[in-house]
Amino acid sequence: MLTLAILIPILGALFLAFMPNTSHSAARIIAVATSALTFLVLLIVWAGFDTGAGAPAFQFYAEAPWIPALGVAWRVGVDGMSLALSLMSAFLFIGCIAWPMENPERPRAYYAWFLFLESVSLGLFMVLDLLIFYVFFDLSLVGMFFLIGRWGHGDAQGAALKFFIYTLAGSLAILLAIIGLVLTMDPITFDMRALIAAQPLAGMDLRGGLILLGFVAGFAIKAPLFPVHTWLPPAHVMAPGPASAILAGVLLKMGTYGLVRIPFQMMRDTFADYALPLALVALASILWGAIVALGQTDLKRRIAYTSVNHMGYTVLGIAAAGALLSGSESAREMALTGAVVEMVAHGLITGALFLIAGGFWARAETYDMDAYGGLAKVAPRLTTAAVIASFASLGLPGLAGFVAEVQIFVGTFAVFPLIAAIGLLGILITAALFLRLLQQVFFGELPKAREGFPDVSLREGSILAAILALVILIGIYPRWLLDLIGSSTSAIIGG
Amino acid sequence: MPISDVFPEIAIIVAAVLALLFAVFAPRRLQAGAALVALAGIAIAIVLILAQLGETRFTFSNTWALDGASLWARLMILLGAAFCILLSPGWFRTDPRHGEYYTILLLATLGAMTMAGAGDLLQLTIAVLLSSVTGYTLAAWHRDWALSVEAGMKYFLMGALSNALLITGVTLMLGLLGSTAYAEIKTTLALGTGLSPLLFVGFALTITGVAFKLGAVPAHAWLPDVAEGAPVPSAAFLTVVPKIGAAIALARLVQLVPPEMLGLRPLIAVLAAATMTLGNLAAFWQDDMRRLIGWSSVAQAGYVLMAVTVLGLSPDALTALLAFIASYAIGNLTAFAVVAYLRGRTALSDYDGLAKQRPLVATVLVISFLSLVGIPPTVGFLGKLALFLTTIEGGYLWLAVLAAANTVASLFYYARVMGRTYFNEPQGHIAVLDRSSGSAMVIGGALVIVAALLAGSAFVAFEASRILP
Repeated sequence: MLTLAILIPILGALFLAFMPNTSHSAARIIAVATSALTFLVLLIVWAGFDTGAGAPAFQFYAEAPWIPALGVAWRVGVDGMSLALSLMSAFLFIGCIAWPMENPERPRAYYAWFLFLESVSLGLFMVLDLLIFYVFFDLSLVGMFFLIGRWGHGDAQGAALKFFIYTLAGSLAILLAIIGLVLTMDPITFDMRALIAAQPLAGMDLRGGLILLGFVAGFAIKAPLFPVHTWLPPAHVMAPGPASAILAGVLLKMGTYGLVRIPFQMMRDTFADYALPLALVALASILWGAIVALGQTDLKRRIAYTSVNHMGYTVLGIAAAGALLSGSESAREMALTGAVVEMVAHGLITGALFLIAGGFWARAETYDMDAYGGLAKVAPRLTTAAVIASFASLGLPGLAGFVAEVQIFVGTFAVFPLIAAIGLLGILITAALFLRLLQQVFFGELPKAREGFPDVSLREGSILAAILALVILIGIYPRWLLDLIGSSTSAIIGG
Repeated sequence: MPISDVFPEIAIIVAAVLALLFAVFAPRRLQAGAALVALAGIAIAIVLILAQLGETRFTFSNTWALDGASLWARLMILLGAAFCILLSPGWFRTDPRHGEYYTILLLATLGAMTMAGAGDLLQLTIAVLLSSVTGYTLAAWHRDWALSVEAGMKYFLMGALSNALLITGVTLMLGLLGSTAYAEIKTTLALGTGLSPLLFVGFALTITGVAFKLGAVPAHAWLPDVAEGAPVPSAAFLTVVPKIGAAIALARLVQLVPPEMLGLRPLIAVLAAATMTLGNLAAFWQDDMRRLIGWSSVAQAGYVLMAVTVLGLSPDALTALLAFIASYAIGNLTAFAVVAYLRGRTALSDYDGLAKQRPLVATVLVISFLSLVGIPPTVGFLGKLALFLTTIEGGYLWLAVLAAANTVASLFYYARVMGRTYFNEPQGHIAVLDRSSGSAMVIGGALVIVAALLAGSAFVAFEASRILP
């Protein structure tokens, strides 16, 4: 079933790639239908997913041999965390694929790359084999490289190249760490479940530290955390709007998901030893991301830097959850649940924000905030969407971001009280920067050049409405999401 | 003498002679028929080699090794040569000496095969010489074109020097150890006798001689010139096929010495590090496609040396060596097939917008480059994975880290080309060569992916292999 969800988009991509003479609209319909079908498959998986206490950690498990000599096989399975992320990704992909692109050059290829990326993203969240995890991790770079380079604007090639090389460096650090990890198993295996059960690095200080360093460095680049976040702003600014939304909404989650799944779960002892430095890095990202975002005058750069800030919250939650091997279980579980909810919430909220930013480019070809003002008068629906998304991003109660952040901070206070207290400053700055953004762009005086600024079209509007409705739903009634995620976090915390 | 042990090699010689006879008597328009003769000879040799499956022994008075390493390497050599033959008919169609080309190519193939199987220092010397002499001819085949002649000349000068070093090294080893047979040398060295600084010099000189064929530091300088100036089928051949034989020859040589003695492993590790770093740095700002592949091929030789370094230190070293050279061969031959299919166009700016005019060609090029970088799901990824695994297992973590850093660096120049083909606008009509090279290109591109999916059985086969002595 899970394999099917990974296969459907890739088959759709191949179909589009090899079907000549498909018109733009036909290509889009095929792509949207494919991604909707994938989402449907995942909904069926969700319906059959058992969140009860006695349920197995990984469900819908399936396996097929690939390289037995190295202990590599196609293994898929989901727990609450990966299922939640997969659902969010599949949902966001529908929106991003359906988002109107004004005449993309070579539309077939454009939609094919999106479907390819969807397949890769879902695969990454659902495989339970370290090597294939790495395969998907790398493929996500290839897909994004071509999307940014071909359909971006400005110095898109330079940004794509920088993104590709920077993140490949991270993924090779992960590869070396994976090798170091699996070499401790006898016989050698890449099976994640076996590695989680074996905890092969317990009691190995130096080696464990080096391997952890490899993983953290690689995932920190992907997430991205301060100080290895510098690839992110150019990649976002040059990328087309929907690609930015996927990059921020889905690809960044690969870093934080990997951090939980691999170092956290497979090398508990070592992770606990180094949780404090990791929390400090997260704190630096929270503050740095917020402060630098405040200083940006470019709309998309500002949103991009808030990603650094939000991923900082996520990692802070993860670090707090993994800091102890026993004791304050409920607080740590809360921190981890909060971190996973933050991944889902940030995916939806930032996805929406980047789609909105893409809309700005399509209308006026500039991201400079000074070029806008008073848009509330001419584009009330766009304003509503932007206000909801911004408030969700700054953590207003009743919206998804709040649910995540409150849990992260409550959980972290039990483990790292001081860091949590300083981290709260980040929320304050984020609030300021989003309020100023709204004030600058949507209120105040309307420049002459923007008087004909069109409001969101029906299609744009319904995509944004769907995403934001989910954000509000999670904000006021998070129960269903917390149940799903909570079914895995207690297992992850408890060992 | 069990003559049947060298039937595959005899088949190649016979095919070379038949191809020459055919070329002498056939009219100009039928010269391409010699390619069919050569392909038939290769097919027969492959069958004969497969009959040797499972053998692990020395034969011909300990001069010829029959083992898994030699078996798989010779298969790769033959398949690689067959691939280059597919590129040739279109390329040499107007060449008056078209038919003879296949004879020389087969003899060069034989040289590579004998390198892989050599179990004796003198046998190794003869193999290197055979491979070199034919190699110069292949490189300088377009004798009216200055660049081709220059490539052949540089190759020859470098070759003359390194062959002289090889012979000096072999002489020193013979003098110090009293034998040229690997089996006897191994026994002597295992007892710890005969170790001296002079022996280290002997080994170092011999290794340099073989490194020349591998295109590794310090005898690598010919490679970019040959890649640029030689006819593209020759360039494809010379940057891949002799390297396969040389890699196995080097592995045998290194395995003579127990890992902890004589400091040979650190020497190879340093050569590996220098080769990959130099190759990648030199490839950075190349504006010539063939030269770029040439330098990348130097860098790849550095990765090959990683597996040689840990031979005997890690149980998977031989598996990794075979897996990596197979993956390298597929990736590099495919990249050259693309160049050949595009009629040898080589300025990077000529690749602008390739994807818009010839999407299939661009796709194959990108796949082959991704494989050379080692990005999944290509076969190059599995080769590199095996290499990293075995290097870390063998205790050379620093080498693996350096190789990873080099991989990141190499992505820069590969991605620069990929970016051009996809993101820029085409400059004019892009002409292509014949159907034969086109199909070779497609086969190569498909193999990059298919081989990765079928890698499970290859790893089983490689793991069951041994390398003598």
